Amino acid sequence: MTSLSNIQQGISRSGAVAAPYEQALFAELQMAMDFYDRAPDALIQILHRAQELFGYLREDVIRYIAHELRLPISQVYGVIGFYSFFSRVPQGKHTINVCTGTACYVRGAETVLRAFEKELGIRNGQTTADGRFSLRCARCVGACGLAPVAMVGDRVHGQLKSNEIKKLLKAYK
Amino acid sequence: MTLKELYEWREQAKASLALRLGKAPESRPDAPCAYREVLVCAGGACVSCGCASVATAFREVLGQRGLREYVKLIETGCVGCCDLGVVVQVMPDAVLYVKVTEKDVKRIVEEHLRDGKIVTDLLHKAEDGQPYRTAAEMPFFKHQLKVVLENSGLIDPQNIDEYIARDGYLALQKALGGMAPKQVVEELLASGLRGRGGGGFSAGVKWQMLAAAPGPTKYVICNADEGDPGAFMDRSVLESDPHRVLEGMLIAGYATGASKGFIYVRAEYPLAIKRLQTAISQARDKDLIGERILGTDYCFDIEIRVGAGAFVCGEETALMASVEGRRGMPQPRPPYPTQSGLYGKPTIINNVETYANVPPIIRNGGKWFSQIGTPKSPGTKVFALAGKIRNTGLVEVPMGTSLRQLVFDIGGGVPNGRTFKAAQTGGPSGGCIPAQHLDTPLDFDSLQAIGSIMGSGGLIVMDDSSCMVDVARFFMDFCVDESCGKCPPCRIGTRQMLHMLTRITRGEARPDELERLEGLAGVTAMASLCGLGMTAPNPIRSTLQHFREEYEAHIRDHRCPAGVCRQLLRYSIDVDKCTGCGLCARACPAAIIHKFDDKRKYWIETDGCVHCGECFEVCRFDAVLKQ
Repeated sequence: MTSLSNIQQGISRSGAVAAPYEQALFAELQMAMDFYDRAPDALIQILHRAQELFGYLREDVIRYIAHELRLPISQVYGVIGFYSFFSRVPQGKHTINVCTGTACYVRGAETVLRAFEKELGIRNGQTTADGRFSLRCARCVGACGLAPVAMVGDRVHGQLKSNEIKKLLKAYK
Repeated sequence: MTLKELYEWREQAKASLALRLGKAPESRPDAPCAYREVLVCAGGACVSCGCASVATAFREVLGQRGLREYVKLIETGCVGCCDLGVVVQVMPDAVLYVKVTEKDVKRIVEEHLRDGKIVTDLLHKAEDGQPYRTAAEMPFFKHQLKVVLENSGLIDPQNIDEYIARDGYLALQKALGGMAPKQVVEELLASGLRGRGGGGFSAGVKWQMLAAAPGPTKYVICNADEGDPGAFMDRSVLESDPHRVLEGMLIAGYATGASKGFIYVRAEYPLAIKRLQTAISQARDKDLIGERILGTDYCFDIEIRVGAGAFVCGEETALMASVEGRRGMPQPRPPYPTQSGLYGKPTIINNVETYANVPPIIRNGGKWFSQIGTPKSPGTKVFALAGKIRNTGLVEVPMGTSLRQLVFDIGGGVPNGRTFKAAQTGGPSGGCIPAQHLDTPLDFDSLQAIGSIMGSGGLIVMDDSSCMVDVARFFMDFCVDESCGKCPPCRIGTRQMLHMLTRITRGEARPDELERLEGLAGVTAMASLCGLGMTAPNPIRSTLQHFREEYEAHIRDHRCPAGVCRQLLRYSIDVDKCTGCGLCARACPAAIIHKFDDKRKYWIETDGCVHCGECFEVCRFDAVLKQ
């Protein structure tokens, strides 16, 4: 098990010094924690920042956060498990969130989802083998006027038709 | 900044907004064009239609033509007609251009801004082809009354000067300058404002309870965790007019004696979070938030807390747990939040739209507000129109407007020659309103009487291609996913109801399934801990009440009248239309589509069909029929 002080210094389990890139990420995370005075009630906000920085919530990052906020690690895992926004597995470069809210459902979100699945060759919740795309369902992204909708990263694509999915994905390749 | 300085600031700001309010200044005789303003909608929907590149194109073209001195470009919040994005308004003529792309920018600049001629083919047109020149002429806007959305689509949400010019922070000024906290609460009680989050509890009573609560530490929370699928009112208000919500919270803090506020926003709304952050820092710079606000003794700070994707966090006790950084699980009530809320201190939680109603109430008086709408549900309500409706988007109407007016006069009715079947309000806690109740006035009590609820204002229209059993299944699936798992009636009850509904949609239901479903719906509603479980059976109950025969068709005849439930569909091929191309046969995963021996046509074997619908989708000649 990597000791916490080692993590801070960027030393990994095998004893090798982590890339400067990793150290920079931890430094950024520390800044976020300083902003909230390491208060335990800021846990969700800090996890958001950690996921933004690392792409997902890695075990060593979770341990580090629990230690710094003086929270039992079980509580941190409990929070991560509760909220659907947090992920403990790496995500693809682009996360596709197909909206399955009511307005999109009424206007054929299911067909859109199936078109994505067919085009990417993965099921909902999976990531493509090349790590480019993760496919997920979102519960309403609040763009109901444009239903059916999918978000790729932060970008909303509206009024989708199942035969346009191929073209849409090409723009992200 | 002091109260007096704020007054002077507003006078200055008002002058700079004159053009937008229809008062055009005289243009100089040597000017190449008249003074105008171009308002590009930067609401959520227009952002995804590419409003940023339209705005950039305007900047470029105006620069090239040397008109930047005369034409000001403003990126505003949501105009409301979300299906017509990108929406561009030209002031002071108030001309509204729809579906504007980068390519159209040059024409608008040259023809309208330079030569003063309206570009007719970019206007929105009525069905008979008659163009609407301004927003006010469009039926979509004509029947609306904007109180909460008065600034949406008119001002730049990222510019505090423009909010100030629209009498922003005037209500705060009025409260701090001459009203005792008690008077503020009384004004709110007189307005009769009811919480816009769904429950419809009197906001004034809530504030009164917090004001009466003992202790120096109290909290004000704004619930911006708009989780109902199909609702985007709060998102729009936050993105279009964030200062209005801050002002409402500041007044709430003053009236109740709280000194700290939290805004709990969904992580799914990054743009709203960004605009709120900008607004808070602008207000802080001007002494409108923080210590000694406007030179008085009143101190109030506002912090944003971002949610992480849990619908149950819209429930007030769960929301507070989440603000405290814990799992968002509800607590039994009492104690109510006004007694023991956030960090165990007295707290009030109101929805975004509730706070957005506060500044105009304080500005114009509670009596003014109570005269809008109906006596028991005063004021206006913002609805998010979506689904199978011609004009989707955000509308604000007085309470008591009938569903028919909303769907047909404003929404333009159901498109593609289909007929109206039901309107769904209140999200997963609400119900479906059938066509025979189209004349029901939309207010808290009338909706409850017909088995639905107002909810936060999402209104989804369904046409005859929607299966009401599948709609109920859809919402139950949502509740199963979002149940926090703390209390068994909700955790197990929703799952069992989902199983039953799924069996019905697959034609595998037992004959007594409906009675069993109704029984379980009653138990879940009665025994669940929080609002999520208590209201989870509502979609089932209302569809059973109004569309029972559809359930029976599924159970008894194994037939889905709307043709939605896949397992109940039977596919066949119309031999007259079949060209024998063989696409369907190749697509069929069960290999049950065969060629006739003597003809170059195909037929489908009924046994072995996996109901995937591939044949129906691949056929280019509409020869595959589904029943």
